[in-house]
Amino acid sequence: MLKSRIIPCLDVKNGRVVKGINFVDLIDAGDPVEQAKIYDEQGADELCFLDITASNENRDIILETVKKTAEKCFMPLTVGGGVRTLEDIRNLLLAGADKVSINTAAVNNKNLVKESSEKFGSQCIVVAVDAKKVQENKWEIFTHGGRKSTGIDALKFVGKMESLGAGEILLTSMDRDGTKKGYDLDLTKKVSKLVNIPVIASGGVGNLEHLHQGIKIGKASAVLAASIFHFGEHTILEAKQYLDSKGIPVRI
Amino acid sequence: MSITIIDYGSGNLRSAAKALEAAVSNTNLNLKIVVTSNPEVIKKSNKVILPGQGSFRDCYLGIKKISGLEDALNEFVLVKKKPIFGICVGMQLFAKIGYESQETKGFGWVDATVKKINNINKTLKLPHMGWNQIEFKKDFTLFSGLKNKSHMYFLHSYEFLTKQKDCIIATANYGNSIIVAIARENIFGTQFHPEKSQRNGLKILENFLKWEF
Repeated sequence: MLKSRIIPCLDVKNGRVVKGINFVDLIDAGDPVEQAKIYDEQGADELCFLDITASNENRDIILETVKKTAEKCFMPLTVGGGVRTLEDIRNLLLAGADKVSINTAAVNNKNLVKESSEKFGSQCIVVAVDAKKVQENKWEIFTHGGRKSTGIDALKFVGKMESLGAGEILLTSMDRDGTKKGYDLDLTKKVSKLVNIPVIASGGVGNLEHLHQGIKIGKASAVLAASIFHFGEHTILEAKQYLDSKGIPVRI
Repeated sequence: MSITIIDYGSGNLRSAAKALEAAVSNTNLNLKIVVTSNPEVIKKSNKVILPGQGSFRDCYLGIKKISGLEDALNEFVLVKKKPIFGICVGMQLFAKIGYESQETKGFGWVDATVKKINNINKTLKLPHMGWNQIEFKKDFTLFSGLKNKSHMYFLHSYEFLTKQKDCIIATANYGNSIIVAIARENIFGTQFHPEKSQRNGLKILENFLKWEF
């Protein structure tokens, strides 16, 4: 039986973790490779790096980070942030990423999702969707880290991405992100039911029950969280044991 | 002894190479790992790993594009009978025909076809993505040290189908029972990614390195 996945996400800027594990015993808490190793040892099902490097000249740094991580961690790695061209995707895959997530460029250039899934296979193309509720049962896509409104209906957009060849949807609720109030379950459930590709729930996790809800109510294939793991509130194993106690199939 | 990872333009060779290096360090063997598409180097190597990422069609065309590579692999496997390990699409290429995007001929080392995973009721998510348990169908040397129902990492939408039941060594449940590992004589393949399956995966790579066929 396929297991529900738990995915810790690290924000990386100029090759350093800006939002990551805050453990005292870490030799270098800012080193993404060190943090990746911890999650690997804890039994995370996948790892996600979000590159938030602002300037273009420093963008190649993430490739080095991915390379070093792939040398130490033999687990699946998804990398996103600033991916705009086929070349960006190829470079990340060659560095050792298994999947690449596309956010703003998926909205601005629909050909990118189509061309990249044809070229590298749907299995490695993740479309990261940042959605905000605008009225009852209606969500809108935001780009540029959630700052820019697009007027695009989120449910229509995910269906379109699937038909263009996306292999997975990373769905973040902009309303919930950073609030610790739990996922937008309504949105997650609607998207999960709409598409036939796996959906990762993201944005708003404050406790382990939220992870459970994302899978049970939101029907997500995977749950992504950052702060509950980074600050040592919970380990990946604790999260899995909790889900297991609730009858969710997980890999322990 | 030298182990060659075949480089034919399919991504993520680095992960396979690094995982293999880690597996080597778990053995006492004196091994050299080479990543190449050079037919002459392949001919001289003792074992070969055929990775694969992307579509069946792209991968097979990628192999054909490199002069002498297809012939070198056929000779390595069919004439010299030296061990080969196909990973994911690498294993799928052992089949006679693949139906991803359009009908494409494969190596045909196993009487098999590769088709989209049966999802008639649309109850399954595709790709089959994540950790699933494999069930051993045979006691096989390359599984030594692993427990039945070990978790492995999968990432695929197409499945390997064969009537040669004797070569099926492991299956997994995804809607139906799907074939996830095959072996016949010197040929071994897994649908899952050992290089991404943490300890369990490294164990299989280690077993392949030690395999005396």
